[in-house]
Order: sequence, then C-alpha cells, then structure tokens
Amino acid sequence: MDPVLDIQRLSIRYAGAPAPAVRDVSFTLGRERLGIVGESGSGKSTVGRAIMRLLDTAEITADRMQFEEVDLHNAPERQMLDVRGKRMSMILQDPKFSLNPIQRCGHQIAEAYRTHVKCSKSEARARAIAMLEQVHIRDPERVYDLYPHEVSGGMGQRVMIAMMLLTDPDLVIADEPTSALDVTVRLQVLRILDGLVRDKGIGLIMISHDLNLVRAFCDRVLIMYAGRVVEALDARDLDNAQHPYSRGLLAAQPRIGGTREPLPVLARQDSWLEPLEAQA
Amino acid sequence: MSMTRDIPAPAPRRRMPQSLIAARNIVAFLTRSPTSLFGLVVLALLILVALFAPLIATHDPYAQDLQATLQPPSGTHFFGTDELGRDIFSRLVHGSRITLTIISLVTVVVGPLGLFFGTVAGYFGGKVDTVLMRITDIFLSFPSLILSLAFVAALGPSLNNAIIAIALTAWPPIARLARAETLTFRQADYISAARLQGASAARIIWKSIVPMCLPSVTIRLTLNMATVILTAAGLGFLGLGAQPPLPEWGAMIATGRRYMIDSWWLVTFPGIAILCVSLAFNLLGDGLRDALDPKQMNKR
Amino acid sequence: MRLDRRRLNGIAEQGISIFVTLFGLLILTFVIGRIMPVDPVRAIVGEDATREVYETVYRQLGLDKPMWQQFLLYLRDVVTLDFGTSIRTGQPVLQDIARVLPATIELATFAILIGAGLGTPLGVIAAVNKDRWPDQLIRVISLMGHSMPIFWTGMIALLVFYANLGWVGGSGRMSQFYIGLVPERTNFLLIDSALAGEWEVFRSAINHIILPAALLGYSSSAYITRMTRSFMLDQLGQEYVTTARVKGLSRRQTVWRHAFGNIRVQLVTIVALAYGALLEGAVLIETVFAWPGFGQYLTSNLLIGDMNAVMTCVLIVGVIFIGLNILSDILYRVFDPRTR
Repeated sequence: MDPVLDIQRLSIRYAGAPAPAVRDVSFTLGRERLGIVGESGSGKSTVGRAIMRLLDTAEITADRMQFEEVDLHNAPERQMLDVRGKRMSMILQDPKFSLNPIQRCGHQIAEAYRTHVKCSKSEARARAIAMLEQVHIRDPERVYDLYPHEVSGGMGQRVMIAMMLLTDPDLVIADEPTSALDVTVRLQVLRILDGLVRDKGIGLIMISHDLNLVRAFCDRVLIMYAGRVVEALDARDLDNAQHPYSRGLLAAQPRIGGTREPLPVLARQDSWLEPLEAQA
Repeated sequence: MSMTRDIPAPAPRRRMPQSLIAARNIVAFLTRSPTSLFGLVVLALLILVALFAPLIATHDPYAQDLQATLQPPSGTHFFGTDELGRDIFSRLVHGSRITLTIISLVTVVVGPLGLFFGTVAGYFGGKVDTVLMRITDIFLSFPSLILSLAFVAALGPSLNNAIIAIALTAWPPIARLARAETLTFRQADYISAARLQGASAARIIWKSIVPMCLPSVTIRLTLNMATVILTAAGLGFLGLGAQPPLPEWGAMIATGRRYMIDSWWLVTFPGIAILCVSLAFNLLGDGLRDALDPKQMNKR
Repeated sequence: MRLDRRRLNGIAEQGISIFVTLFGLLILTFVIGRIMPVDPVRAIVGEDATREVYETVYRQLGLDKPMWQQFLLYLRDVVTLDFGTSIRTGQPVLQDIARVLPATIELATFAILIGAGLGTPLGVIAAVNKDRWPDQLIRVISLMGHSMPIFWTGMIALLVFYANLGWVGGSGRMSQFYIGLVPERTNFLLIDSALAGEWEVFRSAINHIILPAALLGYSSSAYITRMTRSFMLDQLGQEYVTTARVKGLSRRQTVWRHAFGNIRVQLVTIVALAYGALLEGAVLIETVFAWPGFGQYLTSNLLIGDMNAVMTCVLIVGVIFIGLNILSDILYRVFDPRTR
C-alpha cells in the first residue's frame, strides 16, 4: 500500500533562531499509528506543525514532503486550505486553550464540517451530534450547546477529537493529546481516539513524551533528541532500544515494584546527536 | 577617610557602570528603529534649542516692530512675523524653554508622587490600598484636560498654575501602574527575604520595589509627556495657561487664530512645533516599550 | 445558589464603590469651588453694592457657616438637583446644560463612529502584519493622531477644506441661514431636522458636523487602533487560533471569525473609554468650530469665573465618565459567556 505520508530530510529553522529546531528528519507513514517521543524542545511538535503547514515564518527545507498526491513543501496555501481539516487534521494538547472560549462546542464542531462540505446548518448540526455520540458523549444535544468553559477537560478533549475526525481525514496528528488531562480520564480518551482511528483506517501520528503511552497505543516509534530522529523501531521492541539516549529515557522510567533507589538521570553526551547507525 | 579606602565598596561601583551599560544598550536599541530615532533626535534638538535659545534666536522674542507686522516668511524672518511684528522663529525658539520647563516640572512632581502612592498602596495592601486607590479612581474619573481646566479656573490662569494643574491630574495613572507592578513583586521571595532580615517597609519599598517599577513607570511617563504637552498647549490656547506675551506655543496659536485666513504662518509653525515634540515623545515611548519589555525582546 | 450570592455581593461591592467615587467627586468639586480666587458674592452683587447688601448675600450663600455645614448645603443642592443659576446667562445651570449637551453628544457620537470604524480594522491589520510595513505605517498614522494638537489641526482643516476647497461647511452646527428654521424638540439637530422633514437643514448639519467629527474621530482612532492591535496580538498567539487553521479556515476567516470575536468584549470597553475621552477633545474642537456645545459652554464660563456653571459641568463630566465605566462593565458581562 502507498504510504499516506512520506517525509525525507525535513529541516526547520524558526525565523531569527541561531540553529534549526529540526534537522534531517525522515520517516514514512502508512495507515498505522506512529509515535514520536522525545523530551520538551526536541522538535517533535514542530514536526507536526510543519506537516500541517502552520509555521508561516519558519524556514523549511526537505527533499520530500508528500501527503498522498499533495506536495506539502510546494503546495500553494489555497490548496492547503482544502487539505487541512478535510484530509489531515490535528488534535491539540489542552482543550482549555484549543477551543474557542466564546463559541459553543457544537458550533465549533459543525464549523469544521461546513468549512469543507456544502450543507445546511441543520445537516451540519446532525453530523456534529452524531460525531459527539461516537466519542461517547452521553447527552450530545446538551453538550452541543455548552461553552468550552462549561465542560470538563476530558469532555473538552473528546469534543476536540470529534471536531478533528468529523471530516474523515486520512491523517491525524495528535500533539500530546492527553498530557493536559487528569490521569483518570487519559486512558478513556485514548481508547476513544484509538477505536476511531482503527475503525476509520486513519494514519495517526501520536506526539508524546510518555513512553508507556506510546508503547501501548502505537505500532512504531520514532525517538527524537535535539531536533533529530535518533532511533526508529517497532513499539513492541521499545525495551530493546539501542541508542544511548533511548536507553537513558527507558532507564529513567519509574516502575511499580522496582527498587527505591533514585532513578538515573540523563547524562547528556554530544555523541547522542548521531543517529543509531553511526553509534558504534 | 582611610577606613573607607580599606573597605572595598563593590556594590555602588559595580552598579554604576552596569546602569550605564544598560542605558547605552537602550539607546542603541532605540537608534535601530527609525521611528524611535526620530523621537530621540527631536528631543535632543528641543533640549539643545532650549539651552542655547538666545544664541539661536535671530531676534528678541518680545521686540515689537509695528512697521513689519504680519510679514510672510523671508530671509530675515524665517517663519514670518506676528500681528505685533515679533519674529515667530525667535518666539518658537524661546517657547521651547517653556515647553521644556513644563515637561521637567511635571515629571519631577508626577514620577515620585505616583511611585510613592502606588508602591505604598501595593506594598501594604488592605485599607491603605483601598483608600489610596479610591482617591486615584476619583481623579481618574475625570478626563485630565477637564480636571486641569477646573484647577486652573480655581487657581487663576497662569503658566505656573497650569503646570500645577497638569501635575495634579497626571499622577493617578502612574500610581495605578506602580501599584500593579508592586502587587506582582510583593509576594516574591527576595522581598520576603529582605523582610525576614528585618528591613523596614520604607527600605524595602525604596531599595527593592521602586527600582523594579522604574522601567514601566519611565515608559508610561514618556508616553504621558505627549499628553502633558498637548494639555499645556490646550490650556494656553484657551487662555488659561501661559499668558501673553510669553511665547508659549499654544497661546501663540490662540492669538494667531484671528489672522489665520490671510497669515497662515502665524498658526502653522507653532502647531508643527507642538506636533513634532508630542509625536517625538509618543514614538520614543513606543520604542522604549519595545526596548524595556523583556517579553518582546525574547520573542523569536 | 452560591453563584447568585457571589454575583449579588459583586453588585453590592460595585454599588458601594460607585457611591464612594461619586462622593469623592463632590468633595473635589466642592474644594475646587472654595479655593476659587473669584469672590462669589461680588460676582452676584456687583462691585459697587453696599456693605449691607454684601453681608446679606454672604449669609444667603451660607458662607458664614463652618466648612462642613457648607458642604452639607452643597450636598443638599446636588441631591435636589439645584445647581444654582449661571451668572453669564442668568438661567439655571442645569437648564443651560440640557440645552448644550445634545450638540456635544451628537458630535461625539458621530466622531466615535468614525473612530471605531477606522481604528478597529487598522488595529487588526497591524496585528496580523506585526513588524511588517503595514504595521509600521499604521503605527505612525495612529501615533500621529495621538500627537496632534486638535485645536490646531481643526484650524488648519478649516483653512484647507472650508476656506480654500469649500468642501464642507464652516463653523457652527449649520449655515446661519437655517438657524431657527427647525423646531427644537430633542436638540439633536440631525434628529430634529429629520423629524421636521427639513432635508436641506439636515444636509447642512451633516456638512458642518463632518469635519470636526472626523478630526475627533481620527484622534480617538489612534487609541482604539493601538489597543485593538495589542488585544489581537494576544489572541493570535492562542491555541484556538491554531485549531481554527487546522480546521482549514483561511487566515482571514481565522482572524475575523475567531480571534476578532474574542476581543469584542475588550473593544467595547475601549470604545466606551474613548467616548469619554472625546468629551475632552470636544472642549477644544468646539472652541475652534464655534460649536454651541458643552465644551464651549464650559470654557466661556471658565474665562469669566462663573463657578456655579463650571463646577456643575465638571461634576457632570465626572458622572458621565462613571456612567460609561459602569456601562462598559455591564456590556462586558453581557458579551462574555464566561462571566454569565
């Protein structure tokens, strides 16, 4: 099967920044679930936003940035308007900030649909309510008319998921979709997202700093450090990661039943900047 | 004497050059933006002209020449003459002294007054805060020109009273700002540390809080100067500020108004002078805000 | 329930604060009135009144009583809306003000429409193009409006657009020719002339109001532009703006449908404050344009020391300011779903 997304040697430098935030990142994505993990500032979110073409002022270079038949690197903004939100979308981190505070939740969901499909207001409303049901919201008619500050974080994130999956995209980028949520609702929200992604056969990029989460919900994992991909491997092989940085990350994880010794901290080395093949 | 020489006094010695460096950095930052540079140049010009007014002026600003009234601009009278034959250029040059006096006096009064009320209200909080802020609110509930008008009316029209009136109306926004700034620092650990060391409230306010408020207060004062100049000119125009024959720019416009249709130069040049100086302060304040605001500096 | 009580408390608190501010306002006007160098008795009885007449009036005015009693008397007068008579016009001050205020409100309203209509889009454009040339240009335009001495600009504009080009009417609210033609019902000339069906008067009034209103509007647009820009910059950095773009909305739709919607509340406050500030500009521009409004009434009374009239004017401006603040507070609550 053709890959949904093919990225080769993507580099991104923010305007005015001395060094690029992302360097030579390459990967392909089929209808699978790919996790990108790394610490804060490793460039993982920047990659997601570059794929959505949201970085207006940054300087982006790439050998190849292909989304299905769309050349993301050179597509005019007019074409991107047709791609964004319809064929690829993005779930943002915190519903407290990512939903428009003065518009009703339902209206915001329906807007996503009406932007790409010509239809009546009532049809968009029906679609939005059906979608709210799919994200397991029990009383969708009521939630439709609520303002974002009137719903909980978990429900807000489900509203976000509904909004982003309503148009049946081929690619969804989830940028830390649960790190702003209470621990108790994280799993629930992730299961909903996971179920929809599997049912609809969507390619998913899950950006996260949580190794366990990525292990549980992804097929493959990219590990990023300082703007580079240092290692790519199958999720089930995560424990056997070779790169010293990946191993350091794994070692720094607390375990139930583990020793009570202080957890090891990362002792950074310049050689980590080299990808795995170069590591002797 | 020998005692003080033995003890090294690094604090003041280190601080002086540092603040100088900071000032140099700010000026360097300002000169990079053409608009702020314009502001700086106009202000420098204003100060120079005011200092050397007698040297620059081509005529005595008060000397009447009834043979040469309402002369258009020419080689002898750069900006023409007024209805009494006085040289407008020379009057403008001497008028810059009045403008500078107003600005400096208002700053000297308003800055400390606003800082005092604001920091005291913010630091002590509670009843002190409520009372002081109520007072500022009452002053703020008038547009400043109207309140100045009322004060000048009460005190009698003159330049000094105009300055007093403007100063009385210009401090509340500064106090509000200083209070808001103080509130953000009040809970800071270094303030608590100073308190635990037994520093008095006055000392904490003076040594730790006032310096932190200075940048934003400076910006605000600079921006306010534009309003002060316009208010002073407005009072002069209404006949409530500087009285004739003083060459105050607003008053010059007021007298020139009667001859405006035939002798445009009477009102045009003083107006341009007011516009330039007030614009300079606005541009400079705008630039200072960019220079002193760390949030904007770090933006990528 | 608890929310309701909190809101009630909030309203009570605000009520008290308004009351205190009003009281402070009265103290301020009272004090200013007392330190006047003008002798209020002389102003009434004239220079060559006998000592007895002088004494009588002195006592009538309550000037022999202690300060606090005088203040109570002043309070009583204010509460009963008795502001005395104007020395200059010989009419009750309140009646005078009711006559001149509509002219100013008409001017200020026209001006704020221009100011907000100009300032808001300029501010949005500046924010969207931050640090690029449209932003710089708009910055200079708006700072210019903020820096011009409006009495001077008014004179120059009269010289150019009226005397030289003849595009607009000159001083006053309408041509001399039409004065007295329209029955005064509301004292809002545009409304009165429309009610009377006198469309020529209406045209003349528009012709006269356009120039001073445009100048006032420009000067207030400076403030509105700068505030709009900074509000918009705040919003454009928010995540929900990214969400909107992710949905596939164009940049223009993102800006106007989402970001702009979120600054409406703040904008209302700003426009209300700008409206109050217009009253200040009106004092000067009315003098230049011989506009028979509140500002001209105030200044002409100031110059002859008609303190009854002056202090009442100051008091009324203060009350209008407080009123605008309350109004913007209420609008804030109505517009923002989070405060409901």
